Amino acid sequence: MNDEFDFEGYTCPVPIKPNDTVVLGHGSGGRLSHDLINRLFLPELGKAAPRALDDSAIVNINGQRLALTTDSHVVSPLFFPGGDIGRLAICGTVNDLAMVGAKPIALTCGFVIEEGLSFEILQRVVQSMRDSAAEAGVYIAAGDTKVVQKGGADKLFINTAGVGFVQSNINISGANARVDDVIIISGTLGDHGIAVMSAREGLNFETDLKSDVAPLNHLIAAMIQVGEIHVLRDPTRGGLATTLNEIAIQSNLTVELQETALPVKPQVHAACEMLGFDPLYVANEGKLVAFVKAEDAKKILSVMHQTRYGEEAVIIGKVIQTKNPHVRLRTAIGGTRLIDMLPGEMLPRIC
Amino acid sequence: MKYVDEYRDPAQVKSLLEEIAKVVSRPWTLMEICGGQTHAFLHHGLDDMLPDEIELVHGPGCPVCVTPLEQIDRALAIAARPEVIFTSYGDMLRVPGSTVDLFNVRAKGGDVRVVYSPLESLKIAQANPDKQVVFFAIGFETTAPANAMAVLQAQKQNIKNFSVVVSHVCVPPAMEAILSSKHNRVQAYLAAGHVCAVMGYHEYPPIAEKYKVPIVVTGFEPVDLLRGVLAAIKQLEAGKAEVENAYERAVTLEGNLPAQKVINTVLQPVDRKWRGIGMIPKSGWGLRPEFESFDAEMRFSVGEIVTQESPLCIAGEILQGIQKPPQCSAFGKECTPSTPLGAPMVSAEGACSAYYRYHREAVFHE
Repeated sequence: MNDEFDFEGYTCPVPIKPNDTVVLGHGSGGRLSHDLINRLFLPELGKAAPRALDDSAIVNINGQRLALTTDSHVVSPLFFPGGDIGRLAICGTVNDLAMVGAKPIALTCGFVIEEGLSFEILQRVVQSMRDSAAEAGVYIAAGDTKVVQKGGADKLFINTAGVGFVQSNINISGANARVDDVIIISGTLGDHGIAVMSAREGLNFETDLKSDVAPLNHLIAAMIQVGEIHVLRDPTRGGLATTLNEIAIQSNLTVELQETALPVKPQVHAACEMLGFDPLYVANEGKLVAFVKAEDAKKILSVMHQTRYGEEAVIIGKVIQTKNPHVRLRTAIGGTRLIDMLPGEMLPRIC
Repeated sequence: MKYVDEYRDPAQVKSLLEEIAKVVSRPWTLMEICGGQTHAFLHHGLDDMLPDEIELVHGPGCPVCVTPLEQIDRALAIAARPEVIFTSYGDMLRVPGSTVDLFNVRAKGGDVRVVYSPLESLKIAQANPDKQVVFFAIGFETTAPANAMAVLQAQKQNIKNFSVVVSHVCVPPAMEAILSSKHNRVQAYLAAGHVCAVMGYHEYPPIAEKYKVPIVVTGFEPVDLLRGVLAAIKQLEAGKAEVENAYERAVTLEGNLPAQKVINTVLQPVDRKWRGIGMIPKSGWGLRPEFESFDAEMRFSVGEIVTQESPLCIAGEILQGIQKPPQCSAFGKECTPSTPLGAPMVSAEGACSAYYRYHREAVFHE
């Protein structure tokens, strides 16, 4: 070893380079997606949309409150354990409507198909859409088809849009959290993300894990009957961590979670430990997080437990007041840490 | 989950913390070498639970953080070539070169793929005989065996369209470099348990003796980390400077001999530049001459590239433990995980990213 070794004068050699192109992380649902929405889409397109950051917008038409939303689905592979792109496309939009307290009524669907896709696959997807729509109690009111040349899309993309009615006494929004609200999650975290990942090429781990993709409108309808709900969200891309950060910012309050209360299946826990992921950032497609009035939490939980998609609902934290809104976690061993949004794409670590 | 939960046991954590508090009598500065340990401390909130006398500074054990800029620029130049499928571990994708990162290369049409094992790259090479498949072989002693194995397999199976960008670094020379700096503050090391699982810890006694610092081989779960801290503090309080193994369930003195054999077959010690630190003699591994036909930098003739330094980033001082991330004027402002100025903000193991994700003072301590 050179004893005259000198560290001085060395700095980290990276200049600031803003992205000049769209990268995958802009679609991850995390911080990059938020930047894109806040810096481009909202200023240019969203001036008339006061609730553009909720899962659905609410539009007043002749005294009727109409919930309106749209969602595009680009999952690979098209079929994964527990679901497929068709079920995802129906449930995603049904859930976005339900998260503002709406009763979903009708959906539209737009197909972008890469030439060469087999009719057998397309038929299976469409039948899955039919079944999921029937389960949710919605109908497909209109549709559109485009075919692009080979390489112009990855097999099949589906866009769905939906409308629903919101009763006049319902006011559910990411901006409505209140101090002392109790936070409920409807079931285990990360099932969808890990199930899809396990079906991808190159990731050779076997698991019996299934995606949780499901329509949550019936569960929500039951919850609304028995207690006061301030916020509802489905923690999809970006996971629960990103969703809670959005709510903390929208409501200007702090969320405190208990690590020991977070429900995670052993298979998901193991896969996350191996791959260097945190279940808090892994996508769900059939879960909701609810901020409810503390006195009503018990009633709401017990009604959730009686439904198919809320059987494993638990309380995971509460809302508190601090100087700066943030999300924090009381760790199992008694420490505390900050929970941030997903910065961009979720990246497996090196070692 | 077995083999994890028992090392996150709150009761054991509590009793270890009490014992540490009992033993410590004055301020001490410890460095955990590995970025995985830094993250574990902050992930579990352990750093705030230690007695005030104990200061943790965070070491250079993050492969993404110490890979030099020109190495990344060369890799990016290779990745952008139309005949190349560039494969890499995931967290290397966001590390910026002097103008772009691998995400941008991919967005502009480069075929960049994340793999979990370099052996996957070999399969990709076999499946795409008309393409050149390049693997970005970075990392410490932990990733070296698998990376070396990929090259060995490529040779055995005569896979000609596979090559590697090798930028391997070794921990012990960096530990010595830090101790020999005139700014050194480190009084004891928590050695990187995973590195020792491969290499053993027979390299450490001369370092402990020469610089009079205790070196404790330490694991990554809360109970492991606290056992490492306790052993180091006990030694410091007793005026000892010995090498100790507090990660017995994974580490032996001689390490993993078959893995070492694979490394030594394919790789040889070379001088290596560390990003943020500088050239450290014999601190890395490069391909042996008999494997140089797998050297991607030679195959694609990527020349030296001049690097630009960001005057804001103090990664060099962070990686040596001279400063902590929140002391950097760019921390959380110009420099965030979405707009990293330096590699420690990028990697899942980087100290700056750990502080940003778990511990931003301004938000958290009010």
